[in-house]
Formats: sequence, structure tokens, C-alpha cells
Amino acid sequence: MSDYNFAYLDEPTKKMIRRAILKGLAVPGYQVPFASREMPMPYGWGTGGVQVTAACLTPEDTLKVIDQGSDDTTNAVSIRSFFAKVAGVATTTRTAEASVIQTRHRIPETPLRSDQVLVYQVPIPEPLRFLEPRETETRRMHALEEYGLMHVKLYEDIARHGAIATSYAYPALVNGRHVFDPSPIPRFDNPRLESPAIQLFGAGREQRIYALPPFTSVQSLDFDDHPFEASKADGACALCGATHTYLDEIVADDQGTRRFQCSDTDYCMERRA
Amino acid sequence: MTAQVMIRVADVSKNFALHAQGGTVIPVLQGAALTVRAGECVALTGSSGSGKSTLLRLLQGNYAPAGGVIEVAGLDLATATPRQVSALRRGTLGYVSQFLRVVPRVPALDVVADPLLTLGMEEGEARDRAGALLAQLNLPERLWGLSPTTFSGGEQQRVNIARGFVHPYPVLLLDEPTASLDPVNRAVVLQLIRDAKARGAALVGIFHDAPARAEIADREVDVTVFSPQAVPA
Amino acid sequence: MNVVNTALVLEDTPLLSVSGLTRSYGARIGCKDVVFDLYPGEVMGIVGESGSGKSTLLSCLAGHLETDAGQVVYQGQDVLTLPEPARRRLMRTDWAFVHQHARDGLRMNVSAGGNVGERLMAGGARHYGNIRKTAEDWLERVEIDPGRIDDRPSAFSGGMQQRLQIARGLVTGPKLVLMDEPTGGLDVSVQARLLDLLRGLVRRMGLSVVIVTHDIGVVRLLADRLMVMRHGQVVEQGLTDRVLDDPQHAYTQLLVNSVLPT
Repeated sequence: MSDYNFAYLDEPTKKMIRRAILKGLAVPGYQVPFASREMPMPYGWGTGGVQVTAACLTPEDTLKVIDQGSDDTTNAVSIRSFFAKVAGVATTTRTAEASVIQTRHRIPETPLRSDQVLVYQVPIPEPLRFLEPRETETRRMHALEEYGLMHVKLYEDIARHGAIATSYAYPALVNGRHVFDPSPIPRFDNPRLESPAIQLFGAGREQRIYALPPFTSVQSLDFDDHPFEASKADGACALCGATHTYLDEIVADDQGTRRFQCSDTDYCMERRA
Repeated sequence: MTAQVMIRVADVSKNFALHAQGGTVIPVLQGAALTVRAGECVALTGSSGSGKSTLLRLLQGNYAPAGGVIEVAGLDLATATPRQVSALRRGTLGYVSQFLRVVPRVPALDVVADPLLTLGMEEGEARDRAGALLAQLNLPERLWGLSPTTFSGGEQQRVNIARGFVHPYPVLLLDEPTASLDPVNRAVVLQLIRDAKARGAALVGIFHDAPARAEIADREVDVTVFSPQAVPA
Repeated sequence: MNVVNTALVLEDTPLLSVSGLTRSYGARIGCKDVVFDLYPGEVMGIVGESGSGKSTLLSCLAGHLETDAGQVVYQGQDVLTLPEPARRRLMRTDWAFVHQHARDGLRMNVSAGGNVGERLMAGGARHYGNIRKTAEDWLERVEIDPGRIDDRPSAFSGGMQQRLQIARGLVTGPKLVLMDEPTGGLDVSVQARLLDLLRGLVRRMGLSVVIVTHDIGVVRLLADRLMVMRHGQVVEQGLTDRVLDDPQHAYTQLLVNSVLPT
């Protein structure tokens, strides 16, 4: 054990963050402000997610960290080893074995269970920010459920690209009340936001926490004549052959040969095992 | 059977208070009286500055009287609300002004059709009627699509006249309707006035054109008699 | 014996009834005890020089500024006491506001179609095709080529931007439009086009309008009634041409006589 307090943050800070998490769970989709701390990593590397994870961890937890579905990127590896060091918790790359999963940009393919917590790293929590730069105004819009602007964004997509081109961070209406930004997960994952697991979202730089309690309704915004589609690349994983998973396109050699493979590395390996 | 009284002016006075000049009050009219029945044309006469235009503007609701009663089609303009005056002007009280006041780029045809559109007439029909009247007044069709702000004096005057006659107003005020017209168009205007009388319109006008006046006016009212005696300042 | 004068049978319930409207900035008066009624289809002009309180009055009506005292009764309800959600809903459905600078009333990073469609979408329209068709129709009505529906307002001229702002506000078929110097800063010829357009829209849609301007020419052509303000107070009001041609108040006389002949 190191000289750090368990999971790096001091207890009063964790208490403050837990309060924000509880409030977020009580008002699904509502962005709760919290006093984000300086973390020993730069903004954009998951400081929001790390603080939420730190506030959730208990010594008995098993932690998994993924980045774009992968357990072995720099970001995932360093966060995993960070908590192994400052909390001494067990870590894993197996979705089924983890009790807390911190993620950047994906929901694991393996269906989550009600005893699991999924923590998202969020760069920009405000879905209305694209069109309305004033924070005072966006807060008022959330308070009054004035979400016409969200559809203006989708309208612009269709007008410019002939279809809704938003392919990640696709906005959705939570519990019939708050429009939220599901973080930059591909829209393929949007239908999978309705889950038995608790889902927590942390934005460190923007100092916001929000949450989805288990089985909360999450309705992706769309138009009657341009309904939401959970799209993915049309192909099969070159490694495991899966056609139902979210695929990354990879340039395989200097000739520009392209191939697809599962973005969720753990899931892909499990299928091949 | 006597025709209905459409205009009744009784004991009307009008002053202008010039605040920029120490509040000087200039009395213009005093004890003005006038009655005009349907189908009648009354010409206002008197030397320049005697108050003809002032009386006409009072009848139009453009000026506010200092005292008295100005009833036009039953509405007392001295006490009427702006809304009532607007409504009166829309359907009942027509005015052929000497001056053209229009939005600069609007075509002549639409300027003439405007009163009909305001009354809710369908656009095609309103333009047809406007066109027919402009044709009657010999305004070349190539001008209809242009703004009358670019027209000559005589052409502008015909646009004004057409605007005043496009709707069968029961009361019509005419300010020098034949002033800058050639003989042919002058005759057209006089015929329009005769037609208006025949359909029962009450008309009041200022005509410097004495033969025209003699031809169409049933009566003349000399406004000089309403000139106030000099009031000590 | 009396002719039935149908034109004089007037709707006698005002659309908007303002009374005692007062707003101060500390010790300085913004506007004081303003009273007026506005009826359906009526256009009322408010003139006065800078600092006369005309813009303060309009901002109070629109709810952009808080009011110290007074009532703004719209269809039987004081909008100043409406809960904020209801007031904002009113502002984006039944009312519209036209800013002097189009960029204050438009979303400059959103296409013309998106700008016009926003109020529809805010009202729950969820059919892209219909929204787009309505937007095209409105662009045409304000004389913007529908082929430019996907262009951003930044690519438009000043006059086009102003017309787009008007389309954006009128798309929901509002009953009341508040305009703050809508022709200010436009070339004279562009102004004329806008005035003509506004006149037509007012007539066809039966709009009631409150228009604030310092341009006497604009109110003469557009407004049925006129209110003259000075030092935050209404010094004279009445029929537009009567106020302009036979001004009673010293200040109005000064204002009218200060207009340069055209």
C-alpha cells in the first residue's frame, strides 16, 4: 500500500463526489456540478472518470479500464495501474469479472449485469453546447425542457449530409426528461444505454457528473422521416468473424489493405478462445 | 326623400400652437359649419390661406379640431379613437391627396390595389380592378410595374386618383384632383366624380380649376367666412 | 335610416393591454407609466430620440428586461407574472421579436432552413420533410431564393439577414410582433423592400405590431398609430398621420420638424 489515501482522493472529496453521483442517479441525465480536483494526469485523459471511479471503488472491487474498447492502450493501461497502485484493487481485462469498468468511447459488448458499474470519461457533457455557447442559457433550456435546438442540430446534419451524420456522442432523451450527451460512444452503442448496470458519467474539466440508473429509458433523438439507426461498419471481424459487434477499420499494411476487427478486444479474444 | 347626411361639421375651430416660437397660437378656423348629403359634391372655395386645406384635413381626420363636431358617416372625428378613424378610412372615407406617399419600390398597380387588399379583397381581383382604373386614366401599362415615385407629376396624380376611386367610398375628399392633368385625363376624372355622385357618394373637394368646379359641384362653400378675427396673442 | 357601417364594427377586446409600465435604472427613469392598448391587426409605432425609453419599453414588453411596475396583459393574462416556462413558450409561439441587428436574432452557424425551422422544432415538429417544406415556403415569402435554404446567414446580405430573421419569427404564425429598429442600418433601397414586405405580411397575417424606430418615414408608412416618447414618458399618441401632421406637444413638433426633407 502506498502513502496515498485509498483510491488517491481524500475522504471529504470522495464524499462530495458521491453526493453528486447520488444526485445524478436521482435525476437521471441531469448534469450535477461538482468540485473537480486536480488529478495526476492531464485533462482529456479521463480525469472526470477517474474521480468518479475513485469515489466508487471499495477494496473488494475488480477494475477494468477500456479505451475505445481496448484494454491495452496507453490511457487504459495507465489508469488501470494508477488504481492498482493507489487503491490496491484487483484489475482485470475480462468484462464479466469486473465490478467497476471505466471506459472511454465504448460500452463493452458483453452484456452488463446489475452488480456492475460503468464509468464514462466525458469531454463535453453539454449536448446543447454546439449551438448555444452560453452556459446560463443552456441550463435554463434544460430546466424548461426547451430542446428544440437539439433537433436543429440533427436538421443541420440531414440538410448537409442527407442523413443524420452524427455518428458518436449522439444525443438522447433520458427518462423522458433530460436530453444528455452519452459521451463520444458510437451511436451503435446508444440502444445499449438501457442497461441493468449503473452508468456514471464524469467530466473533469467541465466539472459535471451525471448518471443513468439501471433500466432507465434512453431515447435517441430523431425525426419521424429520419429515424435513429444504430449503425456500424458493414463487415465482419477479421479475427473472430463477428458481424454483430462494433468494428474498427484498420489499415493492415503499406499497400493500404483495410480490414475490420472488433473494437472490444476482450470480447473478440473471448470468442476466439 | 332627402338623401342621408354623410358629413356634418358644426362650430369647428382649429388653431396651431407653435411651441418653437414661444407658444404662438395661430387661429385658422372658427365656427366652421358644413353639411354634405349622399350624392352631393361640395366645393370649398376661398383665397389661398383661407383654410380650405385645413378643413379638408379636418374632414379626413388628419388634423385634430380645437372644438366642435366633425361627423363623417356618423363618426365624430373630434372624439373618435385612432382605431375608429382608421376603420373609417379603410372602407368609408376616401381621400385623393395632392401628394403621393408610398413605400418607394412598390409598383403603381399595387399602390392602387392597396386599399382593396386592406379591405380583404383577393389579390388577383384587386389588381384587376386597379389595372382597369389605371387604363381608364390612360396610364401606360408599361408604368404599372414601376414605382410611382419615379413618375411625372401628372402620372403620380393619376395614381393618387385611382387609389381614391378604386373602392366605392361613401365619402370622398378631393384635393385638387385635376390640377396637373391634360384635358383628356381631366375629362376622365370629372366623369369618375360624376359616377361617384351618381352612386350616392358624398364628395368634398378643393378645385382651383374653376370650369371643373362649375361642372361638378352642386354647391360652393366659401371658407373665408370661417376665418377667425385676429386674436390678441 | 342609418347606413350600417360594417367597417366600424370593431373587435373591442385588445390583444395587448399595457398599463403603468415602469422601469428605472437606479435613479434614472427608463420608462414610466406607459399605458396603451393594441388591437388585433394594428401596427403601433414608437418614436423618440436615443434615451427616450422606447427601447426600454420594448425590452420590458418582450421580457428581456425586468419591469419595476405595471401590467402587460395579453389575451387576458399578465405576461409579466407568467411562470417563466409559459412566458418563454409564448415568446416562441404567439409572439415574435425582430432585433435591429439580424445577428442578434439569428443563429449564424445554422443554415437558413435550420433558423426558420427552429421554432417549429421547439414546438414539437418532428418531420424533417415537412419542416423543410415550411422553411422553403417561408424563405419564398420573405423573398429569399429557396435554393439558398442550406446557406448560412453569414453568406447573406444585411437585407436578406433581416428578412430571414422575420421569417424565423413568423413561421409559427404569431399574433404579436415586437420590432426594434428593423430597418436601422440598412441601405435606403433595402429598407423600402423590407417595409413593403412587412406591410404585406401584416395585412395577410393580421399581425399586431409594436415597432420602435427613430425613423419618422418608417412609421408613416407602416404604423396605424404612433406614440411619441421623451425622457421615458409618452408625450403624445394617436393616429400616425395626425401626430405627424398636427403635432400638439412641443417635443413632437420639434421631432417632426427635425426630419430632413426627402
